[in-house]
Amino acid sequence: MAESKLDLMKGTLDLMVLQTLAAMGSLHGYGIARRIEQVSADKVLLNQGTIYAALVRLQYRGWISAAWGTSAKNRRAKFYSITRNGRKQLAEDAAYWRRLSGVMGRVLAMQDEGAKL
Amino acid sequence: MKDRLREAISRLRAFFHKQPLDHELDAEMAAHLELAIEENLQRGLSPAEARRQALVSFGGVEQAKEQHRDARGLPALDVLMQDLRYTFRTLRRDRAFTLIAVLILGLGIGANVAVFSVVNTILLRPLPFHDPQQLTWLAGNNGVGGLSDVTYRVDVYEEFQRANHSFQDLTAFVPYYSLSETKLMGRGEPRPVSFVWVAGNFFETLGIRPAVGRLFMPEECVRGGRKAILLSYAFWRRQFAANPAIVGQAIQLDDESVTVVGVLPPTFDFGAVFAPGSKMDFFRPVFMDDIRTWGHMLSLVGRLKPGVTAAQAQAESKILLPQLKDSGNPYWSTDVQTTITGLKDHVSGKLRRSLVVLWCGVGLILLIVCVNLSNLLLARAATRSKEFAMRSALGAGRARLIRQLLTESLVLAGTGAVLGLGFAFAITTYLAHQGSIALPLLDSVRVDGAALAWTLLVAVAAAVLFGLVPAFKVSGGNLQEALKDAGPGMSQGRKHERLRATLVISEVALACVLLIGAGLLLRSFLRVLDVDLGFQPSHAAAIRVDYDDDGKAAKRSAILQEILGRVGAIPGIEAAGISDMLPLDRNRSWDLRAKGKAFSKDVNDDAFVYIVTPGYFDAMGMHLREGRDFNWHDTDDREHVIIVNEAAARREWPGEDPIGRLAEGIGQKDTRVIGVISDVRESSLEDSSGPEVYVPATQGTPEGAELVVRTKLPPDVLASSVMSTLRSLNPGQPATEFRPIQQLVDRATSPRRFFVLLVASFAALGLILASLGIYGVISYSVTRQTQEIGIRMALGATAGKVQWGVIRNTLRLALLGIALGTAASFGVAKGIASLLFGTEPTDPATFGAMILLLSAVALAAGYIPARRASRIDPMIALRSN
Repeated sequence: MAESKLDLMKGTLDLMVLQTLAAMGSLHGYGIARRIEQVSADKVLLNQGTIYAALVRLQYRGWISAAWGTSAKNRRAKFYSITRNGRKQLAEDAAYWRRLSGVMGRVLAMQDEGAKL
Repeated sequence: MKDRLREAISRLRAFFHKQPLDHELDAEMAAHLELAIEENLQRGLSPAEARRQALVSFGGVEQAKEQHRDARGLPALDVLMQDLRYTFRTLRRDRAFTLIAVLILGLGIGANVAVFSVVNTILLRPLPFHDPQQLTWLAGNNGVGGLSDVTYRVDVYEEFQRANHSFQDLTAFVPYYSLSETKLMGRGEPRPVSFVWVAGNFFETLGIRPAVGRLFMPEECVRGGRKAILLSYAFWRRQFAANPAIVGQAIQLDDESVTVVGVLPPTFDFGAVFAPGSKMDFFRPVFMDDIRTWGHMLSLVGRLKPGVTAAQAQAESKILLPQLKDSGNPYWSTDVQTTITGLKDHVSGKLRRSLVVLWCGVGLILLIVCVNLSNLLLARAATRSKEFAMRSALGAGRARLIRQLLTESLVLAGTGAVLGLGFAFAITTYLAHQGSIALPLLDSVRVDGAALAWTLLVAVAAAVLFGLVPAFKVSGGNLQEALKDAGPGMSQGRKHERLRATLVISEVALACVLLIGAGLLLRSFLRVLDVDLGFQPSHAAAIRVDYDDDGKAAKRSAILQEILGRVGAIPGIEAAGISDMLPLDRNRSWDLRAKGKAFSKDVNDDAFVYIVTPGYFDAMGMHLREGRDFNWHDTDDREHVIIVNEAAARREWPGEDPIGRLAEGIGQKDTRVIGVISDVRESSLEDSSGPEVYVPATQGTPEGAELVVRTKLPPDVLASSVMSTLRSLNPGQPATEFRPIQQLVDRATSPRRFFVLLVASFAALGLILASLGIYGVISYSVTRQTQEIGIRMALGATAGKVQWGVIRNTLRLALLGIALGTAASFGVAKGIASLLFGTEPTDPATFGAMILLLSAVALAAGYIPARRASRIDPMIALRSN
């Protein structure tokens, strides 16, 4: 094992779920978890079960909605989709993350230059 | 914000729908696993491996559920519900403990809430008037002396009202109340009624609006105007069945016809504010011109302009009043020395110290209750240590255990508070209906919103206070030691016991302070009761007599002689006499000067005046020191005579024999002193008597008549024969009841009796609690040492020695507490010195008696476990563990 998996920072899972739903439309819990794993190329440490706490939290805030439905293979599952409020929240959170990661990138780059001196 | 609210509502809903939500989650997770297994199977894994991997990536199912519940519901509330359920279960199991704890707490909290209600009503709550902070009280002669000293002349009132710039309005009433002197006629038997003469603007100034009808009109407040009265709400309901049609009708007072113009609101109780212990039935406008020349007749109440303080008004009066006096009013004397205070201060200021002491006393009770409960909880915790060790081993954190224990404390305190509220409600209801306690505003005492808030505060504070120490103690225990079969005799137990001993010592100390404080107050009260009143209140009773003399002295003399002759002949009556005023009831003063003494307006010549018949002194049991009593030959046409008391004799004829001397100031002519009588406490038992002078009813003009009879029989037995005698002489005699003279004394001592009763019951409660505490600790230590005692007895210790050992332990605790408490009591006693009467704050008898009492009770509390210890059978004790 070359690299240990990334531990998820607080709040990042909610953002990932929102983004996943925004990109994929309606999905069930397993689908969301799998999608996040695939996109991250299995680099994040995600107990799939923890996704359900995030889902209920987002649902209570009105950012996603849920309904029981039938999967492609005719299985009953609960499907989640993002709401208008959710999209707004996603835009805000995403912008914040971009700004933060930009700043972090610059700060870390500066340290590299310092090391060269 | 809206999102937060939505989340809160959803969480709350989820809190009440745990089961369906859990089922749904289970279904969702099952679907999740099936989807995962299916995908794994498609990737070519064996069914077993597919399932295993699905479970691995899912992670802990239970953790996921727990997380889900935390995110969806109200986890804090869930824990609370769990703690509560657990608490109720344990408390139900331990019934005896719960019962005692709740009872103790109920008593402590109840006493606190009741006293708070009293303090709140008398001291904290504003007076029931409009903008009460603007209302002020004006006291002449700087508030020193009898009613005639502190009241004002009509001129002073009118001129000060006209010239001042501090007051929006100044109003007045006549504090020489007409209590039951007037009769309401034409409605069945003549009925005695009480009323107050007030200035026309009295109710406007206080901000009172009538419940029915209107207030007085200006033309009703001048001589010759229509005669109007305003009814009090209570009188309106009692006498006129709350019939609004009475407004506008005329009613008959004696031989006068007056018109009811309105009814005052139920919130207005004149007696409660201005004349504690009496009830006023109605109010009449006083015609200032009628009483202009009568001297000091008015009590003044002012409403300050906004932004003006009482001190500023006082400063203005200091300049203004002398100016007004110099511009031609030589008779103003005491009026000029005016003290202006807030009306609230006037009403309850004198009681502040007593009430604060009461409040502190009841606070001490609460402390003792808390210490006691801490102790009980510690004892209980010792037996529960295994339970907590078990919970701790199963993963409960220390915070969780403390939380659990505090929940128990809160539940106990809450239940105690409910019980306490019941007690407080009963006590306040009782107090509010004690018309005979002369404390202002007392009849409006009730458990109100503020008292409920106070209850909550007290209950929570108590719970934290008594729950915290045991909680930390228990949760901090050594897990292993407790889980091993924790027998007695280990270091943990010893530490426990030291803490409990400390608690008991402080409890005894607190009780000691309470006892000594109560003892001093009780002794003061006994001293007050022991005061030489100057008359014998027992076996004497008074009844108001009505007669019509047409203002002629000769006719009056004949009537009074007739009444006294006939009443005196009734079997069982030993002596009978009449006075227009009774001591400790009403008073008035006139000038009294030895003839020839220079008049000086700076010297107070006042003396209390009583207009009496022959026989009055005997009926009251007063003691004539020198000279002779009045007789029926002291008629108006003969030389006018007076009898003075010792204080008056000392003031006017210092070092001389006053008998035969002439005096001025009483009546128009000079009067000759024919006797000296012992001092009578005329206005209070606690202040020494002022100069008093007695005038024969055959020569002076009495204001009413109180027939005093001395009899060994209960007054009720005589009531009908006396009443029928009076009726036969005057058919208009109103139906009044005998008032035992003792009742006047009781009324005068009622505030002190009230405080002493409360403080003494707190002290008794404190004593009981302290003895319970001692008993608990000693009894526990005996139980803990059963084995040790068994061994000692097996080795030859006698029962007596064992018993003495336990008692010595008890005494050590008690004496330490008493020593601490006594030391603290010296400080406390100094603080209440001003409430004491004839008792030194360091009164050794009180200190000694209370210390003895506390020691004896402590000893008794220790004796029971000591006896148990001495009866331990060594064989059984050694076998049991």
